[in-house]
Amino acid sequence: MSSSNVLGGVSAPTDGAPKYVETKAVTKKLGWGKQLVLQLLLAFIAFTVLFPLLWVFSMSLDPRNISRPTTLNLIPPGASLQAYLDVMKQPTSNPVSLPILALNSFLLAASTSIGSVIIGVFAAYAFSRFKFTGRQVLMVGIITVLMLPQIASLAPLFVLLNKVQFAIGDVNFNLRNSLIGVGLAMISGLLPFAIWNLKGYLDTIPKELEEAALIDGASFNQTFFRIILPLATPALAVTAFLGFLSGWTEFALSWQFLTNPENFTLSMALWGMTGQFSDNTPWSKFSAMAILVALPVTVVYLALQKYIVSGLAIGGVKG
Amino acid sequence: MTATTQSSSRTKSRLMRSVTIYLYILPALIIMAIMTYWPMLFNLWMSMTDYGIKNLRFDAPLPNWVDIQNYIGILINEFGIPNFDFARVLFFNLFWTFSNVIFHVTIGILIAVALNVEGLWFKGIYRAIYVLPIVIPTLVVGTVWRNIFDADYGAINQALMAAGSLFGINPQTFHIRWIDQVDPPIPGIPLTLSYFALLIANIWLGWPFMTIVATGALQSISKEFYEAASIDGASGVQQFFRITLPLLRPAMVPATMYGIIVTFNLFNLIYFITGGGPLRQTEILVTTAFRLVNEQRLYGPAAAFGVYTMIILIILTMLTNRVSRATESYDV
Repeated sequence: MSSSNVLGGVSAPTDGAPKYVETKAVTKKLGWGKQLVLQLLLAFIAFTVLFPLLWVFSMSLDPRNISRPTTLNLIPPGASLQAYLDVMKQPTSNPVSLPILALNSFLLAASTSIGSVIIGVFAAYAFSRFKFTGRQVLMVGIITVLMLPQIASLAPLFVLLNKVQFAIGDVNFNLRNSLIGVGLAMISGLLPFAIWNLKGYLDTIPKELEEAALIDGASFNQTFFRIILPLATPALAVTAFLGFLSGWTEFALSWQFLTNPENFTLSMALWGMTGQFSDNTPWSKFSAMAILVALPVTVVYLALQKYIVSGLAIGGVKG
Repeated sequence: MTATTQSSSRTKSRLMRSVTIYLYILPALIIMAIMTYWPMLFNLWMSMTDYGIKNLRFDAPLPNWVDIQNYIGILINEFGIPNFDFARVLFFNLFWTFSNVIFHVTIGILIAVALNVEGLWFKGIYRAIYVLPIVIPTLVVGTVWRNIFDADYGAINQALMAAGSLFGINPQTFHIRWIDQVDPPIPGIPLTLSYFALLIANIWLGWPFMTIVATGALQSISKEFYEAASIDGASGVQQFFRITLPLLRPAMVPATMYGIIVTFNLFNLIYFITGGGPLRQTEILVTTAFRLVNEQRLYGPAAAFGVYTMIILIILTMLTNRVSRATESYDV
């Protein structure tokens, strides 16, 4: 039944023929020469995009325990996943395994992104819907910080967090030298973007919904939790994911603050395996590490791509 | 009687409401006050002192007040940091930004136009591949390109050697020291090979975003413009410059301004590929700021440098915002 439906257009040639002529008149058919030139060009560009990725992928499969690659080949002789197994056990000379590094990165990224979105959406709602004393000043304060890189205030953050030290029994706690300190600095770095991006989204939700709810006797909090939050879920998810992304690969703060190997993160380990620090690291291990760091977030990014592009409004541009 | 209770309950609920509004903002405000605004104020104070490692200890004495000595010291390199030159860093930072963004926007638009040609095959495959540089973390992009440019084992040199051997060129010709060669490759132009290495990596990284923005804008241009132009005898090139480009402008200008800010602060690429080297020739403001804290540990001067960086960024942001706003009401 359904297949005859699909073929319906073919069984009625008198209906289809004029339509075909019509579309042909509107869409210019691409000539063979032009098609070939464009295909060659776009395939070449695709090759340049894929080149570094294929290189890293092929190196990660290299089973020979040589420290450096000397030839280019897509699948190295005797390809194996040995490098991945080695990296899982201990990526750098520091005595930490990949699962611990990944757990640290995950905890930092998840807690800061979720925290910044939860704290941010309350503020974003207040800024989006109400005129109150100090609104303008606070908004300007947040937007200004949005443009400033956190590295510019690395020195005071380091010094101030370093002042929070105390001892419980034999254990000395230094906020600067802990994942909590890094996380606090990261949340405050994420908040301006979370507030700004969520406010932009909430601004597009029509006010009538809340007004109707208020007339029905819903309280301020009820309107926010029952109406606004469910409607804002896509924006919350996108903002949280982008926060997670920057947390997963955060480098400057963790590299400057953390000194105990058990607190180290994926990005710190990856940098420890690159270039000047990598004297003893086989490049197959570096490559496996790079892929393991990138893969989880890249896959999720690709899956969410449509929502991210439409959920983000950079200067009102929607791609 | 009911009227008075009603009005009093109304004022009460209004009061409750405005209290609730401030309660909604409070958590964000507290965190930002402690972790952003207080450090910024503290930074101003620090920038007027000789804060160093000696003041880090919990019971350490307060640092000495040095007035604006740090601010002057940065300008004339008084701290004995080799090859430190603030004017050069600032100039290179601006040159780096604009030279990159020009490539991103031009290549981005051209590829978007090519992808938008009607009747082109495999569009979906190309789009799926072209988005990859955006979705891979820049940390990974930076570290991978660092190894690609390695003089001995990097992929670029090996690919060039393989290609060169087909023509019988000595492989040693392609032992190019991308990262650490000090002599500029083009005589007379003070740009190191590492700048070109960074440029190549950042072009790879940057154009796909512009293509995505341009593709979105291209798809909203009505085909009637082109049909009318064809009837009037306009050539393809004329159509590109007279129709496509002007109609892309409202989308591309904000994207370009965004690209300028991102490229200006592109820590991950420069720090991981060249580390600002050789001899600090590819250092930008954020990498310098990081190394002042991380390597030199001159916290006072680093604070002053941070203040300079923030002022420069606020000026740059205001300029880009003004440009964006001036073009935003462009009527299509």
